[in-house]
Amino acid sequence: MPESSLFKDGRRSSVESRTPPLRQLSQSLQPLHRNPHTISIFCSEHNVQECLSHINMEVSSLGLPPVWSELDGSSVLNVVAVLNRMYDLIQLHHKSLRTVENMEVEQLKLNSNVDFLKLTTTRLKEQLDVSKRENTGLLERERQLLLKVKSLQNCLKNEKEEVQKLQNIIASRASQYNHDMKRKEREFNKLKERLNQLLADKKERKQAIDVLNNIGRADGKRSLWKTEKTEAKHEGEMYKTLLNDYDSRQRELVLENAELKKVLHQMKKEMMSVLRSRKLSLRGEKADLSGTQAASEEDEEEVFDSELTCVHAREKLTNSIRLQWRRLKSHVERLDSQVSLTQMSKSTTGDPVPPRETCEKEMERLKLEIQQCKDFIQTQQHHLQQKLSTPCDEDAALLLNDSYMLQEKERLRGEWKNLEEQRTIFEKERSNFTEAAIRLSHERKVFEEDRATWLKHHFLSLSPFENSIKPQLSKSSSAILISEADSSAQLAPEKLSSCYSNSTSSPSAFITSPSISNLQHTLDLIPENGSTKPGRERSVLCENIHPRDKLWNDDKDLSSK
Amino acid sequence: MNFSELFKQSNQLCKVSPDGKYLATCVQYRLVVRDVSTLQILHLYTCLDQVSHMEWSSDSLFILCAMYKRGLIQVWSLEQPDWHCKIDEGSIGLVSSRWSPDGRHILNTTEFHLRVTVWSLCTKAVSYMKYPKACQKGIDFSKDGGYMALAERRDCKDYVSIFVCEDWHLLRNFETETQDLSGLEWSPNGCVLAVWDSCLEYKVLLYSLDGRLLSTYSAYEWSLGVKCVSWSPSSQFLAIGSYDEKVRILNHITWGKIAQFEHPASIDNTKATVYKEVERRPAVPSDELLQHNIKVGSTLLNTKSKYEICAPPIQIPVVKPDPDRANPKIGVSVLAFSSDSRYLASRNDNMATAVWVWDMQKMSLEAVLEQTAAVRCFQWDPRHPRLALCTGNSKLYLWSPRGCVSVQVPAEGGFQVQSLSWHCSGDFLILLGKDQLCLCYMDAEQEENGRLWRRKKDRK
Repeated sequence: MPESSLFKDGRRSSVESRTPPLRQLSQSLQPLHRNPHTISIFCSEHNVQECLSHINMEVSSLGLPPVWSELDGSSVLNVVAVLNRMYDLIQLHHKSLRTVENMEVEQLKLNSNVDFLKLTTTRLKEQLDVSKRENTGLLERERQLLLKVKSLQNCLKNEKEEVQKLQNIIASRASQYNHDMKRKEREFNKLKERLNQLLADKKERKQAIDVLNNIGRADGKRSLWKTEKTEAKHEGEMYKTLLNDYDSRQRELVLENAELKKVLHQMKKEMMSVLRSRKLSLRGEKADLSGTQAASEEDEEEVFDSELTCVHAREKLTNSIRLQWRRLKSHVERLDSQVSLTQMSKSTTGDPVPPRETCEKEMERLKLEIQQCKDFIQTQQHHLQQKLSTPCDEDAALLLNDSYMLQEKERLRGEWKNLEEQRTIFEKERSNFTEAAIRLSHERKVFEEDRATWLKHHFLSLSPFENSIKPQLSKSSSAILISEADSSAQLAPEKLSSCYSNSTSSPSAFITSPSISNLQHTLDLIPENGSTKPGRERSVLCENIHPRDKLWNDDKDLSSK
Repeated sequence: MNFSELFKQSNQLCKVSPDGKYLATCVQYRLVVRDVSTLQILHLYTCLDQVSHMEWSSDSLFILCAMYKRGLIQVWSLEQPDWHCKIDEGSIGLVSSRWSPDGRHILNTTEFHLRVTVWSLCTKAVSYMKYPKACQKGIDFSKDGGYMALAERRDCKDYVSIFVCEDWHLLRNFETETQDLSGLEWSPNGCVLAVWDSCLEYKVLLYSLDGRLLSTYSAYEWSLGVKCVSWSPSSQFLAIGSYDEKVRILNHITWGKIAQFEHPASIDNTKATVYKEVERRPAVPSDELLQHNIKVGSTLLNTKSKYEICAPPIQIPVVKPDPDRANPKIGVSVLAFSSDSRYLASRNDNMATAVWVWDMQKMSLEAVLEQTAAVRCFQWDPRHPRLALCTGNSKLYLWSPRGCVSVQVPAEGGFQVQSLSWHCSGDFLILLGKDQLCLCYMDAEQEENGRLWRRKKDRK
């Protein structure tokens, strides 16, 4: 009996866990379920008590009053209680069965509901898709219709405008017609009146001409009778006039055509020559090729000349000109950039403008010369350009001009250098002169001072007075000294007149002659000794000192007063 | 510029003889013939009634005086002042009268355009031309005087007859494809006759001298069409001015349009020079000055005007015409080529204060002259490219490619220049007022002086 042994095991540990017995029970119940008619072997004669208590427990757990209470103390089963309990249990079972059934029914219902809902959702989704597509379709149609409406409105507007315009035209035409009609009606009325007048009028004034005498025809010829010959003559003259007109027109057109063709030929030749020269200047190797090419083209040209009226020749000519022109254009663009570069470089290596200082006459002269040279250069350039402009192109002329001017420029540069050198020499000399002048003035001053002191000394020594005032060279008033010196100098004009050319005439003869001669000697000596320069320079010096001398004299005059 | 004194005239009848030596003026019923250089009266003739029309014969020997009301024509001879000739049209009336190119026949159009009578002064013979058309310009002589074109209307259809002026032989008579022929004009070379329709249809037909249709030109349909037509003196161009404010130029080789000149109300073209007349009212002088200058007359109080060059964009004042009236004042109504065919002057009727000068070499607008008043008359110098115009005030305006000048006519009593005409030598202008005339001598040195001229260069 595996179950009972197992049950015993279960019973031992029934307090710890309920599951094992339940498991066992469920195991035991399982066969019960499967086969309700099998007798349960849960309880046997041996484990009645245990079974009872177990059942009690189970029953109480289900909420039913216990089957058996220990208080009774009898091992006899309460059959009533057991039956009641059994009945309760059966009721419970029925109830649970019912709930299970209900629940199953519910579940089925729910399942079916779910299915139904799933179906509806899918159906609705489809419907939604369909309706969305319809919506977009409708929107698209609406848009198209709007566009159509707009275009139709535009059309309508245009039509309205056109209608308006036509109405205006009709109105103006109508007014014009009315105006004309009124005019005609007025004229008609006038006619009617005149007709009435004429019918009523007895006297009809006839047309008449009253001439004093017939005058001759303008051209002096006699008028001719109208005959067929004259008619034919008139016709002939008319046709002659027309033909002359057509002739002249045709001649003009032929001349124009020839002129234009000539111009085109010339253009082509010029373009080719320019391209050829350019090719020669840049790529020497290919010169022969281009030359031969040009020669061959020239041959073609001669052929062209003979076929002036041929359409093909004309087309060929225009095409070739187009080609040459394109080539020339690209070359000219390249040349332009090159030329501008070379011009810029030339300008930087040119002579800088030197600073000019005063040497007035020389400067003016040089300026004039420069201006004249510039004008000359410009006129030359102008003439050259004029001469070269017709056959050559602009860039060729530019290059040629540059080459012509180069020589001139070199020459001018050389001349400029010379002038510069000369000027520097002049500057040096001037500076030397000024330096010398300054030095001389200083020396003169010193000399004069010395002389003055010497004179004073001498004078004082000559004087009877013993207590001679020792002159103080440095502090002596120059005016007195100078005046003395000057006055004394006038007494001996021969030697010093060259220096003092504008000597004032105020001789003061208070010094006796022998002392004068002494003075002369001494004076002669001192300039001789003082000056270390050659005589030539002295005269020059004197000339230069001339203005200073004046100053001194002026000073003297002022001081003497 | 020198001005002569004022002379009397009536009816704006003042014409210089074709050889340029004499000046004939009509004063009421008198015909005064003066020497052009001295302005001395050489002859004085008296007509029977007030002269309506006066014309010199082509050889400058005879003058025709027509008196439409009385239906009379009197012809005077310069060589023989005693010679007289009177043509009386009788009851049939007289509407217009003109010389033939040979100077010996007179063509009279009778009232209601019943017929054209050709009177010969050599033979006293009379010929008639039937069914002349009453239109803007129904008769035209070719420049060399050899042929005459006459517009006719027969059975509600338009015809053109070409006569040889020598003996009035009918050379050709052909029907034209016009609805209502409005005018015809010979080209200066005498080989092409331009015929145009009335304003209700834009159609210009070109016929050769022998009556062949050379070409038809129609710019558009339905709207009002051609207003005026002008040949260039070289016969190269035919300028057509129309109601749509445009001038179309046809060339003589293909008779197709080669250019179209528009007259917009706002000008943006920077290459054209726009001269605007600016008036300056002088300050009112003080009493002493007034008294002193009262002898000078009203010239002191005249408004001074000068030209100013305006920079584009410029607005030209536009006067919108009444849409209900017939022949509206809109469109190009006056076209004039300069004598060297270099320039074309035009006037657009709804911008009546502006004269437009077009350069025919460049086919573009050269200058616009905007005046303060509506331009009444303008004419090119027969020798130089110089345009003289007047606006009804006391000033004379001159335009040349070098510039523009406004000259006050120094005349007492407020001389208003209403029309002008050049002498054939281009040396002087005849200015016609309401009942006075004045001669304006051009100084050749003035052009070099340029002091008065507003130069184009000054614009920059």
